[in-house]
Amino acid sequence: MPLDNNNRVFKSVGTSPLRPDGLDKVTGRARFGADATASGMLWGRIVRSPHAHARIRSIDTSKAEALPGVKAVVTRADFATGLDGDIGDILENVMASEKALYQGHAVAAVAATSPSIARKAAKLIVVDYEVLPHVTDVDEAMKPDAPVLNEKIFTEGLAEKPTKPSNVVKRIEIGHGDVEKGFAAADVIIEHSFRTEATHQGYIEPHACLASAGPDGQGELWCCTQGHFMVRDTCAQLLGMDVSKLRVTASEIGGGFGGKTTVFIEPTALALSRKANRPVKIVMPREEVFVASGPTASSSIDIKIGATKDGRITAADAVLRYQGGAFPGSPVEMGAMTAFACYELEHVRCIGFEVVTNRPKAAAYRAPGAPMSAFAVESVIAELAEKLNIDPIELRLKNAVKEGSRSSYGPVFGPIGLIETLEAAKAHPHYSAPLGPNQGRGVASGFWFNFGGQTCTSLNVNIDGTVTLSVGTPDIGGSRASMCLMAAEELGIPYESVRTIIADTSSLGYNDVTDGSRVTFASGLATIAAARNAIKVLCERAAKMWGIPADAVIWEEGYAKPAGANAGEFEPLSLADIAKVAGNTGGPIAGHHEVNIETAGPSFATHIVDAEVDPETGRTQITRYTVVQDAGKAVHRAYVEGQFQGGAVQGIGWVLNECYIYGEDGVLQNAGFLDYRIPVASDLPMIDTVIVEVPNPGHPYGVRGVGETSIVPPLAAVANAVSAAAGVRLTELPMSPPRILVALEER
Amino acid sequence: MKQMTVSTTINGDVVEFLCEPDETLLDVLRNRLNLTGSKEGCGTGDCGACSVTLDGRLVCSCLVLGAEVNGREIGTIEGVADGDTLHPLQSKFLEHAALQCGICTPGILVAAKSLLERNPDPTETEVRYWLAGNLCRCTGYDKIIRAVLDTAAEMRGA
Repeated sequence: MPLDNNNRVFKSVGTSPLRPDGLDKVTGRARFGADATASGMLWGRIVRSPHAHARIRSIDTSKAEALPGVKAVVTRADFATGLDGDIGDILENVMASEKALYQGHAVAAVAATSPSIARKAAKLIVVDYEVLPHVTDVDEAMKPDAPVLNEKIFTEGLAEKPTKPSNVVKRIEIGHGDVEKGFAAADVIIEHSFRTEATHQGYIEPHACLASAGPDGQGELWCCTQGHFMVRDTCAQLLGMDVSKLRVTASEIGGGFGGKTTVFIEPTALALSRKANRPVKIVMPREEVFVASGPTASSSIDIKIGATKDGRITAADAVLRYQGGAFPGSPVEMGAMTAFACYELEHVRCIGFEVVTNRPKAAAYRAPGAPMSAFAVESVIAELAEKLNIDPIELRLKNAVKEGSRSSYGPVFGPIGLIETLEAAKAHPHYSAPLGPNQGRGVASGFWFNFGGQTCTSLNVNIDGTVTLSVGTPDIGGSRASMCLMAAEELGIPYESVRTIIADTSSLGYNDVTDGSRVTFASGLATIAAARNAIKVLCERAAKMWGIPADAVIWEEGYAKPAGANAGEFEPLSLADIAKVAGNTGGPIAGHHEVNIETAGPSFATHIVDAEVDPETGRTQITRYTVVQDAGKAVHRAYVEGQFQGGAVQGIGWVLNECYIYGEDGVLQNAGFLDYRIPVASDLPMIDTVIVEVPNPGHPYGVRGVGETSIVPPLAAVANAVSAAAGVRLTELPMSPPRILVALEER
Repeated sequence: MKQMTVSTTINGDVVEFLCEPDETLLDVLRNRLNLTGSKEGCGTGDCGACSVTLDGRLVCSCLVLGAEVNGREIGTIEGVADGDTLHPLQSKFLEHAALQCGICTPGILVAAKSLLERNPDPTETEVRYWLAGNLCRCTGYDKIIRAVLDTAAEMRGA
């Protein structure tokens, strides 16, 4: 479906109506992961390794099994066998077999009649561990003498296959041109190394599920997830079930940001339920969310950029080392692909290393891999601007990618909006506002691909003229509202006449996970197509009612109208008029659409930040923040702004406070919201937003995704502001007060 | 463990329940009384998702024992609306799009209501500090603060 046209006047799309699920959410009625119960329900509890790296010699479950109230105990023996590759890694992460690879790695689980009995039973499971040396730091893990996690890992992507196993899973390289030639043409070259720590998505809702599996081999699962079809397929494989026999319903989801795109507790709850033949609920305590779900990767990055005196970048080179925790899957490739994506470069190279460490397996976190590499690159760009005495936005404009530019990761860009965000940022009053003492201003740009993927929607016209839309993508931040808007727009009916539900896995075809900022884009596209299919049927029915050929009927603003030779011959029929008599004209009216969208709409953002650094304490206060981002087309403006604001604030947390702190024993030191401190209301100013709209030709309304791009620039933008305020370039995250104080002293 | 009988008032209704001595008020609300509007985000009083009022005072219900509330009055998110009439805060949260995933919303509404009962004309800073114990990971707080300030203005008749 190509872009309708750039000048289409929208009636519903682009407004900000109340969200359809809002009432449930402000009254406490909405049912999230932990809110479901079932009769006869048991409580599950997972036993986790206290060691960062240990061989499991034996597990004795007899004492736990003997405790009154305990109905089932499972270990790895209760799961499918013979799985390898990615699915094997997922199983190994869900339940360890021979080795515990990180503190918090699940080794057994119990189900009991109350939470307190389950807790007691978990303590009665005796695991005999042989503690092994461990490594949690990415650079340490790459050293030749580092403890090796997995004897089967031989670095891929090297010229010669290594003879010894190591923690380096693979080496990747992307780019084009000849960077050495590019650097030779530079007047100025800037080189820096950077480090970022792992952060957690920090969703407020811990993982939770309610599983029920019976002796007939059928199962049901209720869980908070970004993708219930993925949960179904993964759990079925891990338990050796037929996919069709497992029905998964997505609960309301209390935040995810990528962290709920995999399974952690769901297969275990099913295994316990199957063994006990009773429903089992598992809710992760917060501490377990930190140690045993998937935070993002930590990284160690080297950047080298060369430019001519007038600010044209001649070459850009990066080496990225990302740790993905105990299993392969770090987002280094996407870090490499996004690092220089904002710049038009003749000579560019990104080398990436994916490393395993004794940490929980990394999961996606909003634009996975991109914030770290953008932090490093945009810090160097800021320093380049200083050195060349060029305004940082001017420097970016001079090198910015535009339609027709070859991207640093290969393809040629279509219509994109980076220049528009830079121009809007430059023109924003924030950019020219005066700064106070100890304050600095930072700017950074960022890029994210966005994603399409497998999508299936079903639109049913009800007899009263309302419409029920079934989508298979969990609503993580207001997407039901955007679906209702697009269906209403296309059908020409009021927004309030559309109800969007998230269908369970047995009621709709397969849908990819809610990730890659894909939902408003892809489920939206499928919704529009489904509506157009329904319109075709509506026109046929009108033709039947009038006794004229179907192709002599057109659909305009919610009405079927006779056209061509019959124009004006009959009174237009509304959707409700046609729906009311559908039973007499051929039965129910519906529209469906199934698609695997290969393309998406890449988006760019530019952020401006003011930070004030207290020279006495090293504490940083963000005093002003402006997000400028290309949405393609903002379907629900208030929720687009909300995505911009939320991403910016997560980025602020990442720069200033948040990080995983490991002790020498490999144990996480700050597994709670008191010590892992995400930004609170009093830490922040209002977050101003500017929505840029450069239509995406790959979507009928021009939509691009918006959720992820917003976290790409803030790390660098804040870092640049803090560095300007402190008068010294800071290269390590988080920029917490002690670190800033050291930098101030060394200045 | 021997269960205890507790008699209390929740959202104006007399409620009696049995609980174990180590069970939290949050567990009682959610698991025994099916009042699942209060959410558990942390269990350690750090996130505010389980905020309720106890004799008019704002508390984290995960830090209160069920046995402690005998003879006391509890207010939860389920009692914030008056029948089918939303509290002005609830309406303003919808109007301002001050929620995304909605998991922190019940706690924030209970906390904000408690603020406005004490201080009908708070400054932005006062709202920010009052809500500093209620974590929201989605919104960046901007729209939440605006919704609370707008509600306060409307309730004052401004």
